[in-house]
Amino acid sequence: MSTVTTPVSTPHDEPARRTRRVPYWLLLPGILWLLVFFVAPLVYQASTSVQTGSLEDGFRVTWHFATYWDALSEYYPQFLRSVAYGATATALCLLLGYPLAYLIAFRAGRWRNLLMVLVIAPFFTSFLIRTLAWKTILSDGGPVVSALGSLHVLGLTDALGVTEGHRVLATPLAVVCGLTYNFLPFMILPLYTSLERIDGRLHEAAGDLYARPLTVFRKVTFPLSMPGVVAGTLLTFIPATGDYINAELLGSTDQKMIGNVIQSQFLRVLDYPTAAALSFILMAAILTMVTVYIRKSGTEDVV
Amino acid sequence: MNPLTRAARLLRRNLVVIAGLGTLGFLLLPNVIVTVFSFNKPNGRYNYEWQRFSTDAWTNPCGVADLCGSLSLSLRIALWATVGSTVLGTMIAFALARYRFRARSTVSTLIFLPMAMPEVVMAASLATLFLNMGVSFGFWTVLIAHITFCLSFVVTAVKARVMSMDPRLEQAAQDLYATPLQTFRKVTLPIAAPGIAAGALLSFALSFDDFIITNFNSGSTVTFPMYVWGSAQRGTPVQINVIGTAMFAIAVLCVLVAQLAGRRRKRS
Repeated sequence: MSTVTTPVSTPHDEPARRTRRVPYWLLLPGILWLLVFFVAPLVYQASTSVQTGSLEDGFRVTWHFATYWDALSEYYPQFLRSVAYGATATALCLLLGYPLAYLIAFRAGRWRNLLMVLVIAPFFTSFLIRTLAWKTILSDGGPVVSALGSLHVLGLTDALGVTEGHRVLATPLAVVCGLTYNFLPFMILPLYTSLERIDGRLHEAAGDLYARPLTVFRKVTFPLSMPGVVAGTLLTFIPATGDYINAELLGSTDQKMIGNVIQSQFLRVLDYPTAAALSFILMAAILTMVTVYIRKSGTEDVV
Repeated sequence: MNPLTRAARLLRRNLVVIAGLGTLGFLLLPNVIVTVFSFNKPNGRYNYEWQRFSTDAWTNPCGVADLCGSLSLSLRIALWATVGSTVLGTMIAFALARYRFRARSTVSTLIFLPMAMPEVVMAASLATLFLNMGVSFGFWTVLIAHITFCLSFVVTAVKARVMSMDPRLEQAAQDLYATPLQTFRKVTLPIAAPGIAAGALLSFALSFDDFIITNFNSGSTVTFPMYVWGSAQRGTPVQINVIGTAMFAIAVLCVLVAQLAGRRRKRS
């Protein structure tokens, strides 16, 4: 952000004033667009959330803040569930994504480009189709479920409450698995970018100073990859928490997340005030968590 | 050294490779399933269980009603959303990267916010605006919604490229009596091009595959993701897998061709 260059001066004299106006002309259309189609909608939504009325008689602003309280007290289980699923999926993404990002950055050699292509390529098959494929993979009596069953893993997960009745589909495990799968590339790419920037000589130096491989990782590699970790966790946590596709396709009514509630309130029940209040609470909760997280991690230049 | 300890040592040294390849397998497994099941002949409406091999869907990819129509609609929307968001986003990126002006940090925040917000919030608020304005949902509301959420990604991609540009190149062009327009066309734009291309590609992919924002703002218009979503309730035709597989193959092929072309250019 510090490398702002002053506009180059033109050979003529008069344009000094004209160039000062250039940034505003460049910004005008895009910012106008965002004001109309991003800021104004939020204002409308804020107003909708304090309206009362019905579809027939229309809605009117009555400053009915109780909608927030009602929405929160009725749907707090879905809120907590969303945060729990989102956080678990993010942790799993970090756990699964780090080795792959590390492999591509340091160990892949001439296979690096191919591996990058393989990480990005699934994006080109619509993610809904790929999420539906998990229905096949995790189906009852399928190879994955029978293997997990015969290894007594499902008995354990049943006891923990993440699966039920020796099946995986329509359980929390399936939804978290879908979320982890869907947002994994958003973790791998920033991790790779920050790992790739690390000077290899730092590893050698640490080795020369008799650091064991694990110590090198703990003291050198991991701290230097922190910007990637922060960016990756944000890029997975935010969309995973607001997601409703995985809960709808892979879960049952017991795994509904807050996104499902907002979607059905808005598109099926047509209770716009409740939908608006819920999405405001979600937005506020996520922005607060994100701000605290960025402050805590000390890397404020991720923006 | 006995072979067992050697094997154990090899395993320990390559633990990260094994774990990484495991993750890659996890990432690619659904694509394998999608491809395999594009050759399935299911009993009934759902294509979730393997029955027997058939190439019916491949020989007749548009065999189900509305599928190819939704695909072409998605491509059209993605194309226009890319054009719109790339033009608007590139202009903002240049302003942010090259100029000091008042309200600069406010503009940065305004660009960052759409990316820091769950999609469902943006989707619901935009739909609220359209409802309040009495705009009927359809092609235009979807296009507007897509341009809005792709914009920030274009700005981020282009800004990164322009900021890493050496300002002396432009000064050199000026010293050689290039007019501002010539400088922009011959120096600035070619250097910024990879960033602009990355932003455009990203918005095409985001728009083409978007579901949540489209779900709220499409009314009865059916894009390809909307079609797939509906089919999860009504029955999944094998043709969906054919299209998914074909898109995957085309994308990988494009990348390979680009790589080979790049390598050849480097050699010559």
